[in-house]
Amino acid sequence: MWKWLHPYANPEVSYHLTNKLLPWFSGLAAVFLTIGLVWALLFAPADYQQGDSFRIFYVHVPAASLSMGIYFAMAIAAFSSLVWQLKLADASAAAIAPVGAAFTAIALITGAAWGKPMWGTWWIWDARLTSELILLFLYLGVIALHNAFEDKNLAGKAAGILTLVGVINIPIIKYSVDWWNTLHQGSTVSKLGKPSMSLDMLWPFIFSFIGFSFLVGVIICLRFRNEILARNSIRPWVRELVKNKAC
Amino acid sequence: MQFNSFSDFINMGGYGFYVWLSFGVSALILSLLLISSKRGHQQIINQIAKRKQREDKLREAKALRKKHNEKNEEAKKANAALNEVTE
Repeated sequence: MWKWLHPYANPEVSYHLTNKLLPWFSGLAAVFLTIGLVWALLFAPADYQQGDSFRIFYVHVPAASLSMGIYFAMAIAAFSSLVWQLKLADASAAAIAPVGAAFTAIALITGAAWGKPMWGTWWIWDARLTSELILLFLYLGVIALHNAFEDKNLAGKAAGILTLVGVINIPIIKYSVDWWNTLHQGSTVSKLGKPSMSLDMLWPFIFSFIGFSFLVGVIICLRFRNEILARNSIRPWVRELVKNKAC
Repeated sequence: MQFNSFSDFINMGGYGFYVWLSFGVSALILSLLLISSKRGHQQIINQIAKRKQREDKLREAKALRKKHNEKNEEAKKANAALNEVTE
């Protein structure tokens, strides 16, 4: 049943597949982000309470939900690497971590810039903000562990264990607005059934969310192929590739 | 279109600083990450090429030394033979 997956455990096949995917992801990211963000900045109506400051939403919410989604993807990669010893899973976990850290930082910074005019403060130590900050530290820890060992297998194991322990933080972030009293508003988009948002506000969000997701794909692909090359530098196919492309 | 003029658009109903701070910082972080990830590819390729060059040089030097030693060995043997004969 899993036979079709087998060739992708080969680094050479994965490297070439990544190269093939890259232009598609890049094109789709550019199209969706342009449409989504122009729509969000120019055409979406202003919020009746928050005015135009609400436009920060179109960066803040995709960044925040992707920061959790990316962590989940990294945890799946770490799990497969620890259980089935897939070397490529290690490479992808190492490729994913910096992207997640970047989106977590964006969620925190845009959140602060939104909090200042709306709540009157850049930062408050409440459940949602603190747990998201811990997510940033988890990402930084994982990145540090990946770089702390000369032996990449050992590094992958250490970083993988930290990743799996840190998964506990994801539901805490997600449900923090329901479990504790917090300044942060509850979710408007992902309410099951119907989102509590008017459609002319929701559509630009959907476009920018898809655009950001493809951008995540682009950056992960770029980093993943770097990881593959670095980890397979003595293989003949890499040597052949290097001979043609070195300058 | 929600805005009447370009300055209205920049002003964002008084929230311009916060809105453009958010969008600006996000664009900055993402483009830095994108560029560094893209550049990494050529850097790694050059690194591997350099390492290969060093290995090739090392291998060459090894072969040369071996050749040299063999020659020395032969000379020594010839010398010894000569010594035996002259004694």
